[in-house]
Amino acid sequence: MASVNDVVIKIATVNGTGSASANSLLRKSIFRMGVPVVGKNYFPSNIQGLPTWYEIRVTGDGYHSRSNRVDVMVAMNAQTYEHDMADVKPGGWLIYDSTWPRNRQLNRDDITVIGIPLSKMCNEHFDGARARILMKNIAYVGAVAALLDIDLDIITTLLEETFAAKKHLVQSNMEAIRLGYDYAREHFACPLPMRVEKMDATAGHIIIDGNTAAGLGCVYAGATVGAWYPITPSTSLMDAFRTFCSQYRVDPETGKRTYCIIQAEDELAAIGMVLGANWNGARSFTPTSGPGISLMSEFIGLAYYAEIPAVIFNVQRTGPSTGMPTRTQQCDLLSCAYASHGDTKHVLLFPADPGECFYMAPQAFDLSERLQTPVMVLSDLDIGMNDWMIPELEWDENYVPDRGKVYSAEELEKMDNFYRYLDVDGDGIPYRTLPGVHPKGAYFTRGSGHTKLGAYTENSDDYQEVIDRLLVKWETARGMVPEAEIRYSKMNKAALLTLGSGDGACREALDRLAKQNVGLNYCRVKAFPFTDAVRDFIDKHEVVYVVEQNRDAQLRTLLINDIDADQNKLVSLLHYNGMPINSGFVVDKVLDEIAKGRAA
Amino acid sequence: MSYIAKPKITHPGLNKNELGLTTRDYEGAVSTLCAGCGHDSVTAAIIQAVFELNVEPHMLAKMSGIGCSSKTPAYFASQSHGFNSVHGRMPSVTTGANAANRDLTYIGVSGDGDSLSIGVGQFVHAIRRNLNMCYIIENNGVYGLTKGQFSASADIGSLPKKGLPNQQEPIDPVSTALSLGATYIARSFSGDKEQLVPLIKGALLHSGFSLVDVISPCVTFNDHEGSTKSYAHTREFYNHVINVDYIHPSEEIKAAYAEGEAMPIHLRGGDTIVLRKLSREYDPTSRASSFKYLRDRFNAGEITTGLLYVNEEREEMHELMGNVDTPLAHLPYEELSPGKEELHKLQSRYR
Repeated sequence: MASVNDVVIKIATVNGTGSASANSLLRKSIFRMGVPVVGKNYFPSNIQGLPTWYEIRVTGDGYHSRSNRVDVMVAMNAQTYEHDMADVKPGGWLIYDSTWPRNRQLNRDDITVIGIPLSKMCNEHFDGARARILMKNIAYVGAVAALLDIDLDIITTLLEETFAAKKHLVQSNMEAIRLGYDYAREHFACPLPMRVEKMDATAGHIIIDGNTAAGLGCVYAGATVGAWYPITPSTSLMDAFRTFCSQYRVDPETGKRTYCIIQAEDELAAIGMVLGANWNGARSFTPTSGPGISLMSEFIGLAYYAEIPAVIFNVQRTGPSTGMPTRTQQCDLLSCAYASHGDTKHVLLFPADPGECFYMAPQAFDLSERLQTPVMVLSDLDIGMNDWMIPELEWDENYVPDRGKVYSAEELEKMDNFYRYLDVDGDGIPYRTLPGVHPKGAYFTRGSGHTKLGAYTENSDDYQEVIDRLLVKWETARGMVPEAEIRYSKMNKAALLTLGSGDGACREALDRLAKQNVGLNYCRVKAFPFTDAVRDFIDKHEVVYVVEQNRDAQLRTLLINDIDADQNKLVSLLHYNGMPINSGFVVDKVLDEIAKGRAA
Repeated sequence: MSYIAKPKITHPGLNKNELGLTTRDYEGAVSTLCAGCGHDSVTAAIIQAVFELNVEPHMLAKMSGIGCSSKTPAYFASQSHGFNSVHGRMPSVTTGANAANRDLTYIGVSGDGDSLSIGVGQFVHAIRRNLNMCYIIENNGVYGLTKGQFSASADIGSLPKKGLPNQQEPIDPVSTALSLGATYIARSFSGDKEQLVPLIKGALLHSGFSLVDVISPCVTFNDHEGSTKSYAHTREFYNHVINVDYIHPSEEIKAAYAEGEAMPIHLRGGDTIVLRKLSREYDPTSRASSFKYLRDRFNAGEITTGLLYVNEEREEMHELMGNVDTPLAHLPYEELSPGKEELHKLQSRYR
């Protein structure tokens, strides 16, 4: 099992023991060696004491998804030792803390077990229980560095950057790393046949999670009002917005803020605040997850019908109900697409990685204000909370926010009458006015029946005229949303179609299938409603494998509903156990389908 | 909610305010509430208050939820923006609206069902934030639009039109607001416009959360013998303790009040109101004594009205957060984007 820059390291620890910083140090040091990495965190809904895993996929080929294998297991948690040992790929390695005897009955002949007395060394070297626990975790970084040939100088530099203000910590951390490093080199043949080697594939890239990128995107979008109720896995989005705002949105002279973050009493209030702020002309958003969308649904219907912009980030987690709050899924496609009572449908954006979380933030605000309707950005826990390598974020200095059709005081002054819901331009989008601008702009916003002029009505025809006009707007939206990413060759009669975080696994699967002479075209949808190009793409194929991370084939349902896609062509490949999808799953499922007689 | 426009014929003799507007300019559509509904009197009081305060119509935002009370913003200030939102959620919409534009005057009209049952969570949290708004509860003890069910403000023993008396403890918005730290708390009666108008004016001028709880009888479902929210009951057990006078900035405070009875209050916005106490024992600047007095009078079966508590010390939401004076909605994009160069710089931490 010899390889260079193609290894998966999984670290099993207990949460609340400082392992997160150790793992991040390990992941960053490989990235700094110029080698692409994927970092995935599998954690419990708990503060301290439960099992947690961090997986680092070293991928010289630059793939983005997790790999469904473990080459090197760092088994630091006795509670999960059995499970962790079973996880290791035949021919792989298991590193454990040999301070304490391990259960020899669990041995495997097909892997190599490496014992390092981490606790013993750290207990001898450091004082205090807390320091010993923390240093034990840093020490395994040293052992892994020796075994995989990770550059110690880079680790030192990273520690110096991390503890710039606390120099003594650099020294103690380096001592811990040295303990693990030296022991491994003295007792085992280092490096292992699977190792890391410097390359130059990370220049111009960063490692960031989707929630941080989305929070930053909201700052660049010019959002000023954020309202939210804490919910995993979306919380860090508002945390990021707050951090960036405290850096960029405080007047240096007065110390006053040009942003307003309100922690609401619940999600019902959070979305109410977002509507109030957007109604009044501020760019306002809320991050949430599935249960929050359920609570927001009444207001989302009001916003659709009263035509009020709103940007909602749904960082999806498994459901139903509270589900597994720290596991990932794409399970809210239908509940978001049709959120609320009555005939409603909403514009959705599907970022595939943190980069798109950043760029889709201003896009979501532009679309929402242009279309005067809620826009939801459907990220998920995998994108939102895991560490992704992406090209460095760029900003177009010429960006001007699209505030949509809003009459100014001057325009209102010249008008005889303003009618809020009149389709002046024939695109289904009426003009709006902002409070405080001009008395002629005043109108009464209501969710109840209204005529095209904005007056209350219980007249059937007047009501229907308005909801039919909203369908005209829907078609306008179809022409405005981001285009799908399509790879097409006439040679292929079958295709993969996916969305969001399915992208990495699908792209890798395409490469792997190509090596087995299975050629597939590819379409990644970026938005709902689906563009004409998506319709054409499906039309051109005999079979389209729809890859998504939920049980009920929600994307497939949307394709059938929205663009009348031929359901006989759409074959679902569904991954919904809460773990991020991997390429092996896609490859196996496609090959199964081919074996069953489906064309490829 | 039917919507009938009123004919725009103005009597030439009508008084004009400093903006040259008459009360007609602050009216709205014709009310579709029941004849004799207390809410229409509150609407008239609001019109009078905003007229007298020279509020520019387009600088006023009328917010509401769902229910009979929440229909009323359609019946005043037709040149102002209105937002008839969803049931019990007016406070959150107003919070967001205010966050975006602190320059507008916010008047929220709610009811006892809207504020004390489905919306009690939003009601209490708007108070905690000291949201700068005038929050009027048109309190009649019943649900009107769904035909007469008790609301959470119904008193123990109060009789419905049909069925058994209420046995559950009522939620009193005034003592609730007092315990939560609201900074302007008044109670009034829709049948007493003379008292109500100045209370609403004070509430509009106050910087922070102002509650005006108005007993506003429901003539259709709760105005019968045995109801504690009827016109007759309210008139009989009415205990009015404090009047409010608004002092125009150009006027001097006249020393016409007897010692111990007049209390000028300087509002944070620069205006002044004078409280005239009708009961010597009442101190509207003390939470503790207000609370005790209100409970004692409540236990005696009385409905205490007037400006019951005022606190001009506490800052409102924007001040507490340290936000810029300019409405956030008015900030130009250039002031909000950190720019291309900064984006490049900040990413060094992600390498």
